Amino acid sequence: MSTTYDPYAGSRETTEGRVYTVTGGDWDLTFADAQDQDRLVVNMGPQHPSTHGVLRLVLDLEGETVTKARVVIGYLHTGIEKNTEYRNWVQGTTFVTRMDYLSPLFNETGYCLAVEKLLGIEAPQRAQTIRVLVMELNRIASHLVALATFGMEMGALTGMTNGFREREMVLDLLEEITGLRMNHAYVRPGGLAQDLPEGAVDSIREFLRIFPKRVADFHRLLTGQPIWQNRLKDAGYLDVTGCVALGVTGPVLRAAGLPWDLRKVEPYLGYETYDFEVPTADTSDAWGRYLVRMAEVNESLKIVAQALDRLEPGPVMVEDRKIAWPAQLSLGPDGMGNSAQHVAHIMGQSMEALIHHFKLVTEGFRVPAGQVYVPIESPRGELGYHVVSDGSTRPWRVHVRDPSFVNLQATAAMSEGGMIADVIAAIASLDPVMGGVDR
Amino acid sequence: MTGPGDLERDEAGHDEATAPSGGFRKGAFGVSGSGDTSGFGGLVRVEPGGAVALHSTERPYGGWFDEVTDALIDAVGQSTYDAAVQRVLVDRGEITYFVARKHLLTLAHALRDDEALRFELCSSVSGVDYLDSGGPAVAPHRPRLHVVLHLTSMTYRRRIRLEVAVTAEDPHVPSVTGIYPTADWHERETFDMFGIVFDGHPALTRILMPDDWDGHPQRKDYPLGGVPVEYHGATIPPPDTRRAYR
Repeated sequence: MSTTYDPYAGSRETTEGRVYTVTGGDWDLTFADAQDQDRLVVNMGPQHPSTHGVLRLVLDLEGETVTKARVVIGYLHTGIEKNTEYRNWVQGTTFVTRMDYLSPLFNETGYCLAVEKLLGIEAPQRAQTIRVLVMELNRIASHLVALATFGMEMGALTGMTNGFREREMVLDLLEEITGLRMNHAYVRPGGLAQDLPEGAVDSIREFLRIFPKRVADFHRLLTGQPIWQNRLKDAGYLDVTGCVALGVTGPVLRAAGLPWDLRKVEPYLGYETYDFEVPTADTSDAWGRYLVRMAEVNESLKIVAQALDRLEPGPVMVEDRKIAWPAQLSLGPDGMGNSAQHVAHIMGQSMEALIHHFKLVTEGFRVPAGQVYVPIESPRGELGYHVVSDGSTRPWRVHVRDPSFVNLQATAAMSEGGMIADVIAAIASLDPVMGGVDR
Repeated sequence: MTGPGDLERDEAGHDEATAPSGGFRKGAFGVSGSGDTSGFGGLVRVEPGGAVALHSTERPYGGWFDEVTDALIDAVGQSTYDAAVQRVLVDRGEITYFVARKHLLTLAHALRDDEALRFELCSSVSGVDYLDSGGPAVAPHRPRLHVVLHLTSMTYRRRIRLEVAVTAEDPHVPSVTGIYPTADWHERETFDMFGIVFDGHPALTRILMPDDWDGHPQRKDYPLGGVPVEYHGATIPPPDTRRAYR
């Protein structure tokens, strides 16, 4: 029996049948080919611990210098934009929350603000304050993951374990408030799925008391460390001109020196009434982006504290019964669901309330035809929702301008001409979330 | 979404020439082809300012919209502006310029570079397929594919929208990557999802779907698959053919 030569799996015949020996070991062959040329093409990813998710990089190398960096995406494409066109307006939140899975509450809020702009309504004051509150908690969690994975990819593994450990504190809070650690579907068109549960305010205050110390610990662990500084400084350089030309926003743009934060320049949800700073750096490199994110965590803590102070009792859903979800959610013995009171009302007391509930839940409300674009400042930059309605119970089109998608384009500009090790620093400092990139 | 509703619309006697010139809704209660015998199913209601409203907002537009429009006219000249901008729509505090594709690059250049305009940042480029929304049944050569550009002026803190409509038979739009390098991936995505060809793009390839994929998934007439389920060979029909409220 003849066998063909396969460098990956040689085989031999035995009395038990053919036995394959799976080996790598083809590097010598590859290297022999490559020795005559200076150019080596290396494929990194999509399954690679340093590429920040299912991202694939095709790098042209000359020695250790990157001459060309190409980015291949799409491995996490789930067609969420198309999916929303076949669901009603409320169901949309459960889809968009799954895109950028590290900042679900920003996705929900951006989407709901767009739907509310189309409807011409505004959520009640308490709902707006709680939205700000949960978004800023979410920003802290997201930045902690950014810093943790940054640490991991740079080889500072304690940074990773610490970052994820502190993030658990925020996720516990979000779980207490919304019922879920991720993919909350907490923000709904017109308000919120439910009010803050009892005890949540105390838990958040406790968190605010402990957390500044944890941020200081993080600084003590990484910021002063010479290896950390050497790896980050001058890596992934991109100045303001480059950022604007490539559409890069968020901490990366602010680390280049431009204090462009939509919470300040185009305020929404009353951000203009909160007292906070927009941290910037002037280094335009990975080091500056690290410092900006660390500083933003502190600013978010300030906003959370202010939001807690101004929480007034009141409704968390618009009064308009044609839009508002008929019931508030509550925790029953069998899990989260419509409140027992509401179920008793529609099942036992009012036929009209039952019909109303049924129509609103199965058919949903109608949104007047038109289109809007609503941008908000997510942890990664401008998160824009372009939502088109044709006047029916479902979106005609939802396009998401995801900051990760746009920022990732800067990879080539940041890494070509540099060392291969700095490619990792550059991508980690962009903090792309592939769920948002591929949607 | 084509369905039994189209039949009603044809019976209602709307051809392209006499169709209501705005976004419109059928039926008093959104009913279409559901066996509604009340007669309200054939009702057509026009919604001014709709998603695909075909009217134009009259000047003055209000606020800074007039300032930007005047600056744009100054930058490109009245005759070019008249030829380039087919109509302008102000709705919900946002301004949309509907632009003829051959003048898109002239306008984009002026919008980015003119001192009174300074739209430095191209926030987003995407597509919308207005297959049968807000108009009569799809006639061939109807400009159903819209390219939507959202431009941001960081200097003046303003946002505008440019919209270019093309037909599915001739889906060519000039690429703005030479003016806004960030449009690179946006245009690749729009090509991938809607099949709009951006002339002058450096490498217009698919970006989210696999390279060998057939068709453009976010077009409204892209066939949707049903879900096979393991129960006596049953299937769940594609979402656009399921019984549903519209």
